[in-house]
Amino acid sequence: MVTDVRDRAAARPQPAFAADVPMRPASFRLGDTGALAGSAAAAIAMSWLIYFRLAPTASIPWFAITAFVLFLGVYWFVVRELDGPVLAGDRVMTAVTASAALAMVVPLMLILGYVVKQGYHALTWHFFTDTQEFSIGPLAPATAGGAAHAIVGTLEQVGLAVVMSVPLGFMCAIFLNEIGGRLGRPVRVFVDAMRGVPTIVAGLFVYAVWVSQFGFSGFAASLAISISMLPIVTRTSEEVLRLVPDGLREASLALGISEWRTVWGVVLPTARSGLITSVILGVARAVGETAPLIATAFGSALMNSDPFHGPQAALPLFIFKLITQSPSPNVQQRAWAGALVLMLVVLALFTLARLVGGRTRSVRVPRAVQDASSRGDR
Amino acid sequence: MSTAAETVYPDTPRGVPASRTRADRTFRVVATAAGLATLVILGLIGLFLLIRAVPTFHQNGWHFFTTTEWNPDGGHAGVLALLVGTIEVALIALVLAVPVAVLTALYLTEYVSPRLRRPLTTVLDLLAALPSLIYGLWGFFFLQPHLLGVSAWLASHLDFLPIFKTSGAFFAASPFIAGVLVGLMLTPTATSVMREVFAQAPPGEKEAAMALGGSRWRMIRAVVLPFGRGGIVGGSMLALGRAMGESVSIALVISSNFFISAHILQTGGNTIGAHIANRFGDASAAYGLPALMGAALVLFVVTLLVNTGASLIVRRSRSGAGVEI
Repeated sequence: MVTDVRDRAAARPQPAFAADVPMRPASFRLGDTGALAGSAAAAIAMSWLIYFRLAPTASIPWFAITAFVLFLGVYWFVVRELDGPVLAGDRVMTAVTASAALAMVVPLMLILGYVVKQGYHALTWHFFTDTQEFSIGPLAPATAGGAAHAIVGTLEQVGLAVVMSVPLGFMCAIFLNEIGGRLGRPVRVFVDAMRGVPTIVAGLFVYAVWVSQFGFSGFAASLAISISMLPIVTRTSEEVLRLVPDGLREASLALGISEWRTVWGVVLPTARSGLITSVILGVARAVGETAPLIATAFGSALMNSDPFHGPQAALPLFIFKLITQSPSPNVQQRAWAGALVLMLVVLALFTLARLVGGRTRSVRVPRAVQDASSRGDR
Repeated sequence: MSTAAETVYPDTPRGVPASRTRADRTFRVVATAAGLATLVILGLIGLFLLIRAVPTFHQNGWHFFTTTEWNPDGGHAGVLALLVGTIEVALIALVLAVPVAVLTALYLTEYVSPRLRRPLTTVLDLLAALPSLIYGLWGFFFLQPHLLGVSAWLASHLDFLPIFKTSGAFFAASPFIAGVLVGLMLTPTATSVMREVFAQAPPGEKEAAMALGGSRWRMIRAVVLPFGRGGIVGGSMLALGRAMGESVSIALVISSNFFISAHILQTGGNTIGAHIANRFGDASAAYGLPALMGAALVLFVVTLLVNTGASLIVRRSRSGAGVEI
């Protein structure tokens, strides 16, 4: 009786039941595609019959919903006939979960497409070189003026925030991963808690601490941005540091090299590309933050390149103010142009992070060291 | 029975005297200080908001938590309607986001073909990275017109449920629309937490379930879902915390009022974050700002509790031991 599975299958060219042939649960045969396509066609046809012949109240959403529900039912019956109820349940759940995943892709396409469609009209070269100075009113054409002042403001604020939050975030990650100890657990909880602080609360906090003494400024905005950026940089860089094999640290310490030298000369260089990714992701988050700027940078229509004195514009604030201040289509088109630029910046940063971070896991470590360190873990 | 073998002492490891150099001690102190800086910042946020909110507590006393009206310059302001609105919008978002997040996370860990996994994960991460301002703009100009029909249908067919009752056909700028928008924003975040938790399900138990003749779905029900329960609860709470902290996108969509109303489809609602974003510009220094600070303090405390709870649940659960949220 102990025959090879393949022999048995070959000996019986036309199996009575497909279920008699061993198959991997994840495998998908030609007949399965047929069952899927046939069920879909049947469901659409039945749905058409309902809405176009029996009860002609056709509306596209209802048609789609009915077709989807019918599809699940038909598909279940078809697979049950072919392969039995166990597989039928599995196939139907595959379809349900795949639809949920598809439902996540659709909004992304809609958002990207809509922002591009609304934004590209008013996006001219002047958008990057002019400001909203010289009393550009609601009746001025959409292409009048630009957002140079906002772009400068955003660059300065995010730049200052990077200078403040990245070193602190890296040190915090080093503490969590390399030192830890009794304080490690609570600090990790605090970092999580800080990540949950609403950005608008961070803005009001900086207002209370800084702005009420020294007035609105870009620097205040960068303080507020740092509060939301710090936990992101900390957590992502900590994950990267954790990927550095312990064997490298131990080798360095065994050579008599001091702790901080090990971190500085071995751990950080090994994790370099991952650390850069964590900074880029933090910047991508910081660029689009609007809420912390309302109470700190305050916004301005004029160019203010000094981040330490006076209200300063920023790209997200520029968009928010234009949209909320005026219902004029020209003004709103300027805001959409800003949204398009902001979205492109975020997309570019995201792609950059992917390109740099794609190399994170292939840290160049000799095979033997990896093996030794993974054995040491267990 | 030679005596030499008897008298040999058992092997004990030689102690390595660990005296750190001054540079190392400095390094440790600096890194620990950086770690504790997070605690200091959190404490300062609470402290300064409290100090700044003192005038409004003097003005309103405990009524700050029981008043629905917001008129700080007229002598009274209260956070109750705002808080209820915040929870309302967050719950609507959660009801929509959690099922989709669970299913998507299951698809990404158990069903998807390896070729599709990476692009889909990229899409999720990208959705999570888009600024909430962009979501808000899109929600106001694109999503809202498309949702009005849904609101009208719910109001006319399901109005036996109290939450879907309306008085009059004004469906724009409602808590429902804000909730759907926030739900869309949060689904990627919740999905990625749940995905990491599901991915930690023990392969031995999964294979055992399969070997007993179960299909993948039965294996998921028997192993992955019970194992990942902590992750589902924690991921949902994390999404709840984020939803409550959302401000600009809701401020763009919702039209603010100060009533406590269970009619989610009807025009008008408010959340603490949206209220601060709307009112900061014209708040008076004497009464308006302290009242906003008080509202921010309430929001800070509530989100802190929810988020810390979420992180503890994920961490304490068997599934989430090494999961980052």
